[in-house]
Amino acid sequence: MSKNENTSKRHMGIKAANRLSNGAIYVLLILISVIWLIPFVFIVLQSFRVESTYQVGYVVPHQWGLQNYINLWNSDFKRWYLNTFIIALASAVLVTIIQLCMSYTLSRFRFKMRGPLMRFMLILGMFPGMLTMIILYRVLSDLGLTQANAVPGLILVGFASSGMGYYVSKGFFDTISRSLDEAARVDGATRLQVLYKIILPLAKPIVIYTILTAFMGPWGDYVFARYVAFGTSAGYNVAVGMYSWLTNDQINRMYTTFCAGGVIVAVPVTILFLCLQKYYVEGVTGGAVKG
Amino acid sequence: MKQYSDLEFLRLSKWQRFCYKFLAFFAAIPRAIANFFINIGKGIKKCCLRVAAEFRDIGQTFVNGDWKTKVSFLVMGFGNLTHGQILRGVMFLLFEAVFIFYMIFTGGYWLSMLPSLGKQGPTNDYDAIYDSYTTHYHDNSFKILLYGVLTIFFIVAFIYTWRMNVKQCKIIDQITKKGGKLKGSRDDLRSLVDESFYKTLLALPLTGILVFTVLPIVFMILVAFTNYDGAHNGFSNNLFTWVGLDNFNTLFSWQSAGGGQSYSATFGEILTWTLIWAFLATFTNYFLGMFVAMMINKKGIRLKKMWRTILVLTVAIPQFISLLYVSKMFARNGLINLALGPQGLGWISQPLPFWEDPTWARVTVILVNVWIGIPYLMLITTGILMNIPADLYESAKIDGANAWQQYRKITLPYMLFITGPYLLTSFTGNMNNFNVIYLLTGGAPTNPAASGAAGSVGYTDLLITWLFKITTGAESQYYLASVVGIMVFVVVAVISLVVYNVLPSIKNEEDYQ
Repeated sequence: MSKNENTSKRHMGIKAANRLSNGAIYVLLILISVIWLIPFVFIVLQSFRVESTYQVGYVVPHQWGLQNYINLWNSDFKRWYLNTFIIALASAVLVTIIQLCMSYTLSRFRFKMRGPLMRFMLILGMFPGMLTMIILYRVLSDLGLTQANAVPGLILVGFASSGMGYYVSKGFFDTISRSLDEAARVDGATRLQVLYKIILPLAKPIVIYTILTAFMGPWGDYVFARYVAFGTSAGYNVAVGMYSWLTNDQINRMYTTFCAGGVIVAVPVTILFLCLQKYYVEGVTGGAVKG
Repeated sequence: MKQYSDLEFLRLSKWQRFCYKFLAFFAAIPRAIANFFINIGKGIKKCCLRVAAEFRDIGQTFVNGDWKTKVSFLVMGFGNLTHGQILRGVMFLLFEAVFIFYMIFTGGYWLSMLPSLGKQGPTNDYDAIYDSYTTHYHDNSFKILLYGVLTIFFIVAFIYTWRMNVKQCKIIDQITKKGGKLKGSRDDLRSLVDESFYKTLLALPLTGILVFTVLPIVFMILVAFTNYDGAHNGFSNNLFTWVGLDNFNTLFSWQSAGGGQSYSATFGEILTWTLIWAFLATFTNYFLGMFVAMMINKKGIRLKKMWRTILVLTVAIPQFISLLYVSKMFARNGLINLALGPQGLGWISQPLPFWEDPTWARVTVILVNVWIGIPYLMLITTGILMNIPADLYESAKIDGANAWQQYRKITLPYMLFITGPYLLTSFTGNMNNFNVIYLLTGGAPTNPAASGAAGSVGYTDLLITWLFKITTGAESQYYLASVVGIMVFVVVAVISLVVYNVLPSIKNEEDYQ
């Protein structure tokens, strides 16, 4: 056997091994995709089931129909959906502004209180936020912003304390070179002009990331929303309202309606997310780790 | 403990270095404590000197200043006003007016009530005219505590502002003596979008944090030293009052609580599970997420974008939907048990106790958390994996390293170095991961031994869900919730401190820029 043949044989061996391991990976990836998607497929299928409203041992409905969506329309769900949508929209605007102000400042300015301030907020963040729920509830209730008026209350609390979550976007601002600022400053631009003429256009991914996360957050907000709106359906958001459908005395009547509600909530958010996926990935990989 | 020199330290293997650092950290604790007290002593001395210097400065300003300065000591901003700095002067004056007005009309009352938290609760008085009993409300402990704290904040702010006002006078004196020009209101306004633009930007966020985070946290820390609960709500039934360290004694007492095990045993159990959960939840997600990312990243795998999109899709769907749905799927009469049971495939005769058996429940919770967490970790690690220089792998291959060796020697160290801080935040985040536990199990199955403790404690309860249960439970022992919250803080702070001292990748933040 010549040397040449030998190497080419070994080459083929490596190739075959590679093909085998790739094959195994494809199998695993398909398995993973199935596991990750299956519950969502199940939710969609069950939302069209007409013959029974409780949990059953099969997935594909025997009888298809839109009864569950009609039930949804006739319940308080519309109100909850609107509440959540308003909160999400308001927080997308307000939270974004607050967080960008905070992170831009801490990334760009060097002032005397900067270090102490950041350390202070780090320590503050170690307290469980839930602890403050009790007092925030009492304060909101004194202001008349609980129960049926929970929506403005939730917006207020959500945006007022959002400055603490500056880490991701600060990590991103840190990656924009400071020599750009300095060049502009030399040319006579004020700090304000530097911000909106130079930094903001460059920071588009993180701005979109912040808006996206701020918008999506309220859709899953459960605990504080429940605490503030407790017992008054008109003040619920989707999470609190739909949770009440799965309690022991409701679940047999409302299970499939819950599935339909889940579809209605998830579809718009997911479409929005997929459209802006690029920015989300950039934000997560760029800012979240460096923090 | 043996001290290694730098050279000896470098000769150790990675694992030994880690152990050495770990042990060194704990060996240094007595010394650190001693230093801590020495530093406190030094700090106090420094503080005293500083205060003395401030007073000397204030005195000198008063003695050296002209009559305008002297008036400014009483009427804030007078010096600024008479020297043409209208904006600053008006702000000072306005602040003083508001402060005096507030202190006279309400602040004084709150402050005087703070030591007792109210003297008279609601009374049920006989009303002779209507021949009936009516309830009259008097003091309100809750408001006294809240506004008392607020008033103290306000007083501190006032002292600070007053000091600033005196400083301003000194500066004005210095400048006018030299014949310089003072900054006018126009300059002040311009500086707010230029040199001190940060003040403008931070004003709103910091006010929000102060009012909606700092104030509540201070308030809740103070609640830990009171007997504030459902039966003492400070207003409509009984007033609450200071009880010192009683609540901490309750939590750490070894006496049986209401027939069950003691509070400290319950607390210990929950804390142990919280730590186990945080550890497993963080690292299962981390390694499996990395594994999935590496599979998708591997050369020769097609449709990379599709695989990623499928996983990312699950990030988009609000967690409460997926968690609640999965929770019901695993329930006793849920999809899985029905499908496997007699009416379905007939593989099992008894429903599997996913949420009823403590061990099953804990394992299921961790598995579902993997399902929730992997896509996110996959996203994070993908970016970092792509940043590892490819020539490292090339040279490793030439040296004959197999895939596992490459992973152990190149990928893992690199990843751990970059994601060290992220792992720490994710660990503490998982300790407080309310949503996953509460929406999946609600803390179930109930722990019968802990029946005497506040809230119905379950085997999958974390400290944070326990805190929530105490708060919303029948007796609403807010004081106990507050103590638990403080303990969570202590645990998180200690872990962060230890890890920050052991981790290699705490870099100087300026290095990035």
